Amino acid sequence: MNQSPAPNYPQGRKFDVFKILFTAPVVIYATALIALPLLYIFFLSFLKSDNYGGYIFEFNLENYGAFFDSTYLGIFGKSVLIALIATAICLLISYPFAIFLRDLPERRRNFIMKLVMVPFLTNSLIRTYGLITLLRKHGLVNSALLALGVISDPLNLMYNNLGVLIGMVYTLLPFMLLPVCTAVGKVDQNLLDAASDLGANKFQRFLKIYLPLTRQGAFNGALMVFTPAIGYFFIADILGGGKAMIIGNLIKNQFLTARNWPLGAALSIIIIIFTFLLVRLYRKIGGNLDELGGS
Amino acid sequence: MRRLKRVPKMRHFYIYSVLFLLFLPIFILIFFSFNESKLNAVFTSFTFDWYVKLFENSDLLDAFKNTILIAVLSTSISVVIGTLSAVGLKKFTFKGKSLIDKLIYIPIVLPEIVLGISLLSVFALTNLELGFGTVLLAHISFSVPFVITSVRATLFALPQNVESAAVDLGASRWQVFWHVTLPLIRPGIISGALLAFALSMDDVVISYFAAGPGTNTLPLYVYSNIKTGISPDVNALTTLMLIFTIIFLALSAHFQSKARAEREL
Repeated sequence: MNQSPAPNYPQGRKFDVFKILFTAPVVIYATALIALPLLYIFFLSFLKSDNYGGYIFEFNLENYGAFFDSTYLGIFGKSVLIALIATAICLLISYPFAIFLRDLPERRRNFIMKLVMVPFLTNSLIRTYGLITLLRKHGLVNSALLALGVISDPLNLMYNNLGVLIGMVYTLLPFMLLPVCTAVGKVDQNLLDAASDLGANKFQRFLKIYLPLTRQGAFNGALMVFTPAIGYFFIADILGGGKAMIIGNLIKNQFLTARNWPLGAALSIIIIIFTFLLVRLYRKIGGNLDELGGS
Repeated sequence: MRRLKRVPKMRHFYIYSVLFLLFLPIFILIFFSFNESKLNAVFTSFTFDWYVKLFENSDLLDAFKNTILIAVLSTSISVVIGTLSAVGLKKFTFKGKSLIDKLIYIPIVLPEIVLGISLLSVFALTNLELGFGTVLLAHISFSVPFVITSVRATLFALPQNVESAAVDLGASRWQVFWHVTLPLIRPGIISGALLAFALSMDDVVISYFAAGPGTNTLPLYVYSNIKTGISPDVNALTTLMLIFTIIFLALSAHFQSKARAEREL
């Protein structure tokens, strides 16, 4: 998909209005709204804060050094851990969903895939707010579990790391469901039948057929769950109750409360490097960038 | 035989349970929009009051208006830029193209917070006043790549010879684009537009950084009120928006399948 066939519009004269119309917007857009902002925070990350929201033009690596401070490293580690667990839970939910969905008639399948999209159309902050009613101490989940006699004291489902984890899974699950269902839907039925004929059980079919053939879709979903999950500060704010900080909160605070932009910029650069490594890994297993983000 | 029949039922049960859980927070929001009490905790008695009070809350209505306006404007602009870009990147070679080709994926893979603070930094650098305009710019910046990839998918699936045939028959490049390419890539443009619109409506993080103190959008309104408690008029508004989007989706699906059926006849 990525290698484009030879351009089939003639490359015209030097001043070609047609060509300019089709190429200038993307050049301006990518330069002004992507390259420039990222280069600028890269530059900022080497400056020194004057603690009033301004900077002192003095090249230093202190901001990167601060990252290795135990508090920041701890928050970084915890965010990555929460994001990883959220990704794993989304994978565990999505695979059976996708495999069961395969066997449904096509019309029903399309309808269900549309339903998966609907929560997207309600703002994620409002959905997170809806979760409070479910998760709080006297919320629906605790009331139900108490009434059923499963627990004798209400569980602490929010204002802690567990709450943040539940919030991430809830908000980001559709991003995993869509690529995994698409990938599982494309697996050739003949392969599955052949495996069964040769005596493979369900578990073996999953390990030997589904998993290798759908790993790109799964990695696509993992990327789409993992990267937002380390930045969604509002979920940590609302469901973590200020006690459960993630990297997103840390960066937000540097920019809006502590007014130490260079430190916030350095933390962002570390995330960028981290993300690029993940994308390289995705390309390495044969993933297509055009398929990221549900297109 | 009995076992064979029971397994599919378990599968249905699993699929519908996941869907139910996914929708549960939304169902609860809808449920409490009919609750008389101001607290989203105990259902006291049924009322439509919040649907009336909603129209007296000028802050909330203002936030809603801004959210919709930004979504419509950023989607329209992104669709134009994205469609031109997808075609341009496929048909032309120019200096720095391979770099541009990589840059456009950055907003898709990067955590939104990084894009948000980078844009905020540049807005501060260029002395752009934070407000409606900067939120709009920010939304365009994360929407365009999704339109490009969506249009690109249909563009690469096009049969090459259709365009060449038009050229052979004497069509100019403008005519080829307008009468051949554009109608053929329309499904990609539409799905790109829907994606851009949904992303704009759903965004919290980037708006949070790009909006100044004066601009109010729906997520920012909710965010600033969440600690003191949100009154159920927000639930009522969410319910109404959900109803409209479902009607819109159903209608567009209906017309799409109708158009497909007519084409096949």
